[in-house]
Amino acid sequence: MISATRLRQRSAIIGAVRRFFEDRAFLEVQTPVRLPVLAPEAWIAPETAGDHFLQTSPELCMKRLLAAGHSSLFQICPCFRKGERGRLHLPEFLMLEWYRRDHDYLSLMDDCEELLWEVADSCNLAEPRDGERQPLSLEPPWERITVAEAFARFGGIGPEEALAAGKFEEVLVERVEPNLGRERPCFLYDYPVELASLARLKPGNPAVAERFELYLGGIELANGFSELTDAAEQRRRFELERKAIVRAGREAGPMPESFLRELAALPAAAGIALGLDRLVMLLTGGASLEEVVTFTPEELL
Amino acid sequence: MYTASDLRKGLKIMMDGNPYIITVFDFSKPGKGQALYKCKMRNLINGNSTERTFRSNDKFEPAPLEERPMQYLYSQGDEYHFMDNNSYEQLTMTREQLDDNANFLIDNMEVSVLFFNVTPIDITLPIFVNLTVTQADPWVKGDTSGSDTKPVTVETGYVVQVPPFIEEGDRIQIDTRTGDYITRVKE
Repeated sequence: MISATRLRQRSAIIGAVRRFFEDRAFLEVQTPVRLPVLAPEAWIAPETAGDHFLQTSPELCMKRLLAAGHSSLFQICPCFRKGERGRLHLPEFLMLEWYRRDHDYLSLMDDCEELLWEVADSCNLAEPRDGERQPLSLEPPWERITVAEAFARFGGIGPEEALAAGKFEEVLVERVEPNLGRERPCFLYDYPVELASLARLKPGNPAVAERFELYLGGIELANGFSELTDAAEQRRRFELERKAIVRAGREAGPMPESFLRELAALPAAAGIALGLDRLVMLLTGGASLEEVVTFTPEELL
Repeated sequence: MYTASDLRKGLKIMMDGNPYIITVFDFSKPGKGQALYKCKMRNLINGNSTERTFRSNDKFEPAPLEERPMQYLYSQGDEYHFMDNNSYEQLTMTREQLDDNANFLIDNMEVSVLFFNVTPIDITLPIFVNLTVTQADPWVKGDTSGSDTKPVTVETGYVVQVPPFIEEGDRIQIDTRTGDYITRVKE
């Protein structure tokens, strides 16, 4: 079970995160957790709740709110992903998501730098450490490297080649990730479009999507992108995901029709999802999520 | 049939025709991509360790392993004889198969034998065993010089470090998992 110190630190960190966004005039929202339809994703299995699903991310509702005219939103909520359990995974975890109209993914990267720097500072935490207890500096600016550069430098194979050979995740996890964000945090950005179904294509480079991941000490902390706002293109990508879901042996749920309809009203926007349990772990020098949550699933029986 | 999501430390599976136990398990799921299940595994027959990374669609056969209680009877040279108290079936295992466990076997000890199909491949002993000290240098009361442990030999031929007050003929309790002295027992 979580220690008293860590529980206090967790509370302070979440409070500081909230204040960060309130100070910047972001509106905090709550969207329904139990949904009749989810964004189709090939490799995330949702938990069912009767004939509905528990959210794997509040993304679709958040984008519908942006499309309705709200400009800066954030949400702190539990998300659920079936079968994901390990040192850095819990089937139920706390997510922070924030969205900005008329911005792109570069603004989100700046937000991350400011957020972590300010939260660590206001909570008076000792030096943050990565999962192997090596010290990390949060001082901006942080490193930024493209997926193509990172695969060339650490992977020995190009990202497209790796994807075609079905080895993208292995190369990423075994060769690339351990080298990311070691002494200071690092953004890995510009992913192959096959791996970013909800992200906008990079103007001038249709093979790449404006998606990034934030790494601290080899650990993935956040996933952000410039949002895809072309409803026809989004529908096409959802169809590809649904086919992949069926190939993986699961049932493809319905198409998110209301989301696709309202997407037309969304101008340029950017959104990001950050794992708050992992953030607490990294800022308090923990080595596994078990140290920073009140109860693990095993402790509930 | 096990699927990848059944994988965990301690699970016993068949791989390449051999039974393995998973000793270290690590779940990885890079940014919304496919999950990777990284396992370190030990071959239960030859003790070799290996590492493998599995994916969500991989499936595994459970290893046909069974534990049965048996009684240790005696040893003759390199061969150790055990008997099943229900069926009166006897089997032998070699000193090499038993490894360190042979140091703690005493007549009529109840052990648990691990079978792979019908072949015995390993045994589990009770955690504590009481053994008689058969050779020890004498202890002079009040002798505060020298180290705080000394080696003695027990009835199985095993040599163990004990406190200086242990003498020949004493009965001592040993932890079979580590081979360490625990305490002197009065019997």
